[in-house]
Amino acid sequence: MGFVWNEREILRYLGHRGQEVPENLMILIRGCEQELEDVAAPRAFWREYPLQIRDHVLDLGCFQTESRNLERNLKDCERVLLLGATLGSGVDRLLKRYGRLEMSRAVVLQAASAAMLETFCDEQNETLKQEYLKKGWYLRPRFSPGYGDLKLECQGPLVAALELSKRIGVTLTDSLLMAPSKSVTAIIGASRLPKDCTVHGCESCAKTDCLYRRQSAGQ
Amino acid sequence: MDILKELQQRLLFCDGGMGSLLQEKGLGPGELPGTWNISHPEILVEIHRKYLEAGADIITTNTFGVDALKYNAHTEYQLEPVIEAAVKNVKEAIRQSGRQAFTALDLGPTGKLLKPLGDLAFEDACDLYRQIVDNGARAGADLVLIETMSDSYETKAAVLAAKEACSLPVFVTVTFDGRGKLLTGGSPASIVAMLEGLGVDALGINCGLGPLQMKEIVRELLEVSSLPVIVNPNAGLPRSENGRTVYDIDGDEFAAAMEEIVGLGARVVGGCCGTTPEHIRKTVERCRHLTPVPVTKKHRTVVASFAQAVEIGRDPVLIGERINPTGKSRFKQALRDHDLDYILREAVSQQEHGAHVLDVNVGLPEIDEPAMMEEVVRELQSILDLPLQIDTSDMEAMERALRVYNGKALINSVNGKEESMRAVFPLVKKYGGVVVALALDEDGIPDTAKGRIQVARKIYETAAWYGIAQEDILVDALCLTVSSDSRGALTTLETLRRVRDELGGKTILGVSNISFGLPQREIINAAFFTMAMQDGLNAAIINPNSEAMMRAYYSFRALMDLDAQCGDYISVYSGQTASLGQSAVRGQTGAAGNGMSGAGGSGSGTPGTSTSGTGGAAGGSGPGLGASISRGLKEQAAQVAGQLLKTADPLEVINQEIIPALDQVGRGFEKGTVFLPQLLMSAEAAKAAFEIIKEQMAMSGQTQEKKGTIILATVKGDIHDIGKNIVKVLLENYAYEVLDLGKDVPPERVVEVTVEQQVKLVGLSALMTTTVPGMEETIRQLREKAPWARVMVGGAVLTEDYARTMGADRYCRDAMASVTFADEVFGKQGSAGV
Repeated sequence: MGFVWNEREILRYLGHRGQEVPENLMILIRGCEQELEDVAAPRAFWREYPLQIRDHVLDLGCFQTESRNLERNLKDCERVLLLGATLGSGVDRLLKRYGRLEMSRAVVLQAASAAMLETFCDEQNETLKQEYLKKGWYLRPRFSPGYGDLKLECQGPLVAALELSKRIGVTLTDSLLMAPSKSVTAIIGASRLPKDCTVHGCESCAKTDCLYRRQSAGQ
Repeated sequence: MDILKELQQRLLFCDGGMGSLLQEKGLGPGELPGTWNISHPEILVEIHRKYLEAGADIITTNTFGVDALKYNAHTEYQLEPVIEAAVKNVKEAIRQSGRQAFTALDLGPTGKLLKPLGDLAFEDACDLYRQIVDNGARAGADLVLIETMSDSYETKAAVLAAKEACSLPVFVTVTFDGRGKLLTGGSPASIVAMLEGLGVDALGINCGLGPLQMKEIVRELLEVSSLPVIVNPNAGLPRSENGRTVYDIDGDEFAAAMEEIVGLGARVVGGCCGTTPEHIRKTVERCRHLTPVPVTKKHRTVVASFAQAVEIGRDPVLIGERINPTGKSRFKQALRDHDLDYILREAVSQQEHGAHVLDVNVGLPEIDEPAMMEEVVRELQSILDLPLQIDTSDMEAMERALRVYNGKALINSVNGKEESMRAVFPLVKKYGGVVVALALDEDGIPDTAKGRIQVARKIYETAAWYGIAQEDILVDALCLTVSSDSRGALTTLETLRRVRDELGGKTILGVSNISFGLPQREIINAAFFTMAMQDGLNAAIINPNSEAMMRAYYSFRALMDLDAQCGDYISVYSGQTASLGQSAVRGQTGAAGNGMSGAGGSGSGTPGTSTSGTGGAAGGSGPGLGASISRGLKEQAAQVAGQLLKTADPLEVINQEIIPALDQVGRGFEKGTVFLPQLLMSAEAAKAAFEIIKEQMAMSGQTQEKKGTIILATVKGDIHDIGKNIVKVLLENYAYEVLDLGKDVPPERVVEVTVEQQVKLVGLSALMTTTVPGMEETIRQLREKAPWARVMVGGAVLTEDYARTMGADRYCRDAMASVTFADEVFGKQGSAGV
């Protein structure tokens, strides 16, 4: 698959704060990367919807919600792309296997698969960005339920509208957890107006006190 | 008109898409299509009629996604009237069209993922489907069409429910992605094996892809399937336009592709998403006069897990024998202690050593075998993808295991006794499977090959009467120990040859029995194994951790042209430097003892597997035990511990080596110089050392006292358990007994165990804000019914304040904090243990 790994990100998820990284841990990380490349089956599906915002109510074509953070994110947008992505259930089996038998590996796999999903979403995002740019549209940073004040309850209508269980095998549990666990949904605004914005993913979240928040460059 | 007869004689045509046509008629986003069966029957009848006029023979009811999750006592419309109306609409359309056609009750996925990956229990899924089939059959459907399934487990639930609720024909189509895989990982071969085993009437593929992308997968299906194949593609590939999904090929292009697919051998064709009556009309026009390709029996012997199919044929299949308590005191202890991790470790180790199938035997007089068998099968299939061999003489255990098994299992065993066949064959027929048939009957084990062949014939005949084909039977030629019967091996080998040559059957053998009572058993085992393979043995139950057996296996394959360019042989042995008689492959050593040995492990290992002669790191020269633990070197830690125990007392090793090392790493973690994966690697190294100590103590009858018992659980609604598992590893390291209740645990269950076992400390984990209420409720119930219990909580979304508000005694920000709190509660510090 030739996946490009973001090892800084993996170490960050593992709680790395600049300590020395022993060699056997790096070997473990590389081993987990290899295992994930063999097992992960990344899939994504998206659809475009018209966007209307009235009195702070965001109408995303297939459901309505309120969120100041998302509203700010979607300023000047006329359309939204709703995206679902997953690494598939094989990764969950792997996590479960090592969760029972080799916890250190499970923890590294957890971190590596989170990083893999993030990279996969970035790639999807980038492809869409280029595609839309050709048609004169500028995409905003992607935004997911649970970021800032966007309610997790949005997952329900989002997963249903995109028929994610049928398209890419992504389902929700009764308590709105995604299964397979390494899955995301995201909302991406499309605007006719360019906006210089490099912030995406982690940084666009309003939860600035999050334990795993990405540190600024150089840290 | 009988659809199964029609299917034998001619091509049948299905209808096409429904959803997009309903959207055109005004079905709003978020509106449930099933409701239109009642609110807009005229539109449904019209669409069905158009498909009939286009030439479709099978009309599917508008019940895709209609189930009790969406229609129940709390919704505007209930399940029964919606399904009844759906069937009625199809029947009305057929009446209006004046044609003869079949009403197919449509079943789709529930939209939920089954446990353990999701939160829908297998039996709950069965119930959901059973309700639909009950209603649909009562309303007069002619067949059940289960379609768009992307998870083999959910597919099995639907098929079982359909078969249990009615006697209508069952057709099943599944959805593959462009790589030819189900969304949960299955292949055409694995799903065909499972569906044929379950006794469906036709199977195939629908949705996900257009006809062009499906061709290759259709070829694969046709190659392995002995049943008629159904192909219902989408109208090409989808793209998004203003929130609508549109498809890229028209009726002509679609029909041209379908003509090719019929030419390949499909017997039922139609359309799925994006196809319209026009697509179907053109397809019928182009294909109607084609001569259908006959459906042929493939006579393959195949077992499958959810992900992979293993064909049992000329190339010998290895069945790992290690999950079996016979003669293994450590394994028995694991069963008594409900230590499933031990069993899972045995499984993974056999997979790593090259087993293709794993035998599962958990029979022990003092445990509840059916419950244990079911649980072990569930656990095994949630962490590995090898097919399993269900090995039990308890019929309840066998049925429960076969029911929850996700695939087509090997079943061990039936024999020529009337009683055995009467008990086992109905289960094989219902759940599918390849069954091991022991060549013995009421008169015992025949002394001669001739006698065993006679029993085999009788078993084949009786199986056929139950509708079980010969290819689903593996004759166990039986292997008696050569030390008590010098002709034993010859009789077995002759039986193997004659089953192959005279009966055209397949064989299996528990190879290790041959050497019982002899010294250096592997020498005889390996030689006999080679001879048996040479005489046609198709599947061998062996210990894949035994180097001698694996050498016999790889050599045989290389010499018999079963290993192209000796590729497997070279990849396994090219890096091996140890000379013959020494064990070094893949760094695994110390697998002393043969699985079937009654004498236990001592003295019966491979030559060279004693600790001094291993190919791995040498015992005496590396770092000491403390250093091995703090550096997280697992194998090293176990080895050094073994060395130390030769001269030191177990408790001394624990107190002077292991505890100081663990404490040092723990302090580093608290200071931030050591981070989580390192802490865990050290914990695992310590655990490996403990495991050696445990064995030593068990042998000398010693036990080490636990510091206390702690319950751990991930709360109801939460299916993430990584945090809880980290805490478990560390607490066990520090000599606490952990009762791990798992994930998604209802408050009542936590309370029940706390009260029952008078547990002093409960640890709860929750990951998401949506699951924190489950934690709050658990604490509330604990306070009420088990006021003595202290509660510690942890999880990504929790904070000190939050924990206090919920009434927890302690918020643990990381795993070490839980150890500290446990030491406070139990008033003990600074000791670790087994």
